[in-house]
Amino acid sequence: MKKNGNDKVIKAKVKREPLTETQLLMTITICIFVVMYVLAMIVFEGGFLHAQQIFDMLNDNASLIIVSCGLTIVMIGGGIDISVGAVTSLVVMSCVLYLNNGGNIFVAVLLALGIGLAFGLIQGALISYLEIQPFIVTLAGLFFARGFTTILSINPQKVAQPAFVKLLDFRFEIGWLGYTAKNGTKIPATMEIGVIVAFVCVAAIFVLLQFTRLGRNFYAIGGNQTSALMLGINVKMTRFLSYVISGLLSGISGFVLMLHTGAGNATNAAGMEMNAIASSIIGGTLLTGGVGNVIGTFFGGMTLNTIKKIVVASGLNDPWWQSITTGGMLCFFILLQSIVLGRRARKKQKN
Amino acid sequence: MQDECLLQMRNIEKRFPGVLALNGVDFTLRKGEIHALMGENGAGKSTLIKILTGVYRMDGGSISIEGSPINIHSPQDAQNKGISTVYQEITLCPNLSVAENMFIGREKGVWVDQKTNEKRADEILERLGIPARGAKQLGNCSLAVQQMVAIARAVDMKCKVLILDEPTSSLDDKEVKMLFDLMRDLKAKGVGIIFVTHFLEQVYEVSDRITVLRNGELVGEYLTEELPQVQLVAKMIGKDLDELNTLGEAGEDGKTRSEEVYYEAKGLSSSEALPFDFSIRKGEVNGFTGLLGSGRSESVRAIFGADKVNGGKVKIKGEPVKITRPIEAMKHGIGYLAEDRKRDGIIAELSVRENIILALQVMNGFFKPISRRESEAFADEYIKVLNIKTASRETPVGSLSGGNQQKVILARWLLTHPDYLILDEPTRGIDIGTKLEIQKLVLKLAEDGVSVTFISSEIEEMLRTCSRLIVMRDRHIVGELTGKDLNQSQVMKTIAGGEAS
Repeated sequence: MKKNGNDKVIKAKVKREPLTETQLLMTITICIFVVMYVLAMIVFEGGFLHAQQIFDMLNDNASLIIVSCGLTIVMIGGGIDISVGAVTSLVVMSCVLYLNNGGNIFVAVLLALGIGLAFGLIQGALISYLEIQPFIVTLAGLFFARGFTTILSINPQKVAQPAFVKLLDFRFEIGWLGYTAKNGTKIPATMEIGVIVAFVCVAAIFVLLQFTRLGRNFYAIGGNQTSALMLGINVKMTRFLSYVISGLLSGISGFVLMLHTGAGNATNAAGMEMNAIASSIIGGTLLTGGVGNVIGTFFGGMTLNTIKKIVVASGLNDPWWQSITTGGMLCFFILLQSIVLGRRARKKQKN
Repeated sequence: MQDECLLQMRNIEKRFPGVLALNGVDFTLRKGEIHALMGENGAGKSTLIKILTGVYRMDGGSISIEGSPINIHSPQDAQNKGISTVYQEITLCPNLSVAENMFIGREKGVWVDQKTNEKRADEILERLGIPARGAKQLGNCSLAVQQMVAIARAVDMKCKVLILDEPTSSLDDKEVKMLFDLMRDLKAKGVGIIFVTHFLEQVYEVSDRITVLRNGELVGEYLTEELPQVQLVAKMIGKDLDELNTLGEAGEDGKTRSEEVYYEAKGLSSSEALPFDFSIRKGEVNGFTGLLGSGRSESVRAIFGADKVNGGKVKIKGEPVKITRPIEAMKHGIGYLAEDRKRDGIIAELSVRENIILALQVMNGFFKPISRRESEAFADEYIKVLNIKTASRETPVGSLSGGNQQKVILARWLLTHPDYLILDEPTRGIDIGTKLEIQKLVLKLAEDGVSVTFISSEIEEMLRTCSRLIVMRDRHIVGELTGKDLNQSQVMKTIAGGEAS
């Protein structure tokens, strides 16, 4: 009894704090994703009713989710990295060629990480320590990586190495989420290895951003750089590390993409950086920095893909419809964010 | 008066290219006192603070804390040695929680324990009586609370010396009171507080001691209760009261030439200026005076529409008009020479000619360009009239001396043939010869029927040129002086306020 009473007192005293901007924007994204998906299930039925639809989206976009995580970190720190797609592409091509020349899979993984890390280190150093505009530096990185991919091979290259092909064809089969086809055969839901990698990346970055000193420092430098400096944070080092992590994730993303397509192509991951930026923004990361979260980014990416699937299900198969709806989505979310944050600011002013 | 010395700065010297910013300044802070550091613009107080916080390195002198000499290498180093600063602008991260703002950058290790930090923050905040909770996002707190969180951080870092640099300028009265309560509380706990502000009343409300600087030199250290407000103002501006009294009636009357009111404002206010009434007659030269930060610039900026105008009725030649943007003011014949000519005035990369025709071009609109020949003629004319020393009319303005830059901006406004010209500190930082030229020009303009509002930190200059002085203190107009009252001692008494004698 007595204990109960104490609990009540404490509960009454601890008034719930209002959601932070990050939490608020993320919640909005998740809600919209759920509502949209449920509507799609009701309206279009068909594929949307099967769990495989979600797994397909994950399989197709594992690498996008991974680079989006990196971009989210960079954007939280107030920067931008548009080289991620090109680096992914370069990693795919390099690894494919390496494997086809009798390479070892583990070394290929190291190669992928190495290329990503190298881009991250160089770009990060130029941006943080030489204080060059991140947009310019990563634009240069984009051109460099794209050019280098084409030098490696102008023609598409398919992986022929048997060990890798085995890995490529490997699928996790989840029976209970599958469905029964018309002829009565049970078709299980399938998931690629890359999806697991993507989930691990999202979880790791979530922990990094939420519970580590470095992660909180990313938010601090994005929130107010001068303040962060006065608070005793090593701003340059922190910013540098954000690009290093983004580069590393581009490397991982490249390997995951190779696991998905099994081939290197100069146009691999074209426009991926823009989709990653869109995912982050839809997921509630502000371009101005200091606000954002990878869980939001994950749902941002899923939202973007759901809308694309809906477009296709509506019979608008031409590729430009997907671009147009992506643009529309982005506009809608940015408007929504500015309205929500604007209302908040005004309410705060009144208080 | 042998209290325990906390901080001693002796013989501090700081040189900038061409200027001796601090010349042998001493400053002493005792344990558990609030010590106001006063001085006008350029007096050296911010330089002194920046030396103490490690932003600048001193060129000579010594600093010691609790008797042991120290060297301060960086802001970080200063904090580690027990000197913390809370600036006018909040230097915290609004997107993080209160607790994070208190502990970030000070922790070791990889992981952050938010829950423990929040609990610790709550304890500290409660002990200091700050109405905030650790879990709350800082951006959702009021400015005053944010400032207090910054102080709480400093206190938790075991600061011995707390520097508050203009902490009250963006707070309202209630918030100021909260802040002062906290300051007194810290004082009782033995912290030495250096309080920099331009609000005289606040100095008298909260401080124990005052150190006055002027032109980079120490004027003196005084007990607040022993230094009347008018004396403080005199020391800041640099005239002893006795000397002032002998100056007598320096201001002469009869500078007014017309009774026609040119401009009249009732209850004019802007985002920066509190509502005020103001009027000027045709051909009149009047001036706004007051200490730095008293609101004189903000008021004239409101007249020109340079800040967001919030309300008020404006009449020009008896006709009601609306002026919310500079271009509207210009169309009504008002010119404004901004206080900071580097930021608001000249465009350094453009030539003298281009800078001179700028305002006229804007008024004409972009579809009626001024021909090259015309603009050359204008430029040559004003270079001659104002005696601008430049290699040619195509020389970039940035390479001219300060005085000549100022003349270029003057030329710019004269070219638009304004009916009313506002000159905000037109003589700051220029040589004495040019100053006199500009003063003469002001009087000549008035003779030609132009109304002029003149602002200067040098009171003598104002007395020489103005026939009416509007005195401001703490963002309010506190008096208007004309005729016999136009003399130094009366001006200073008005600036200092009624309680002075």
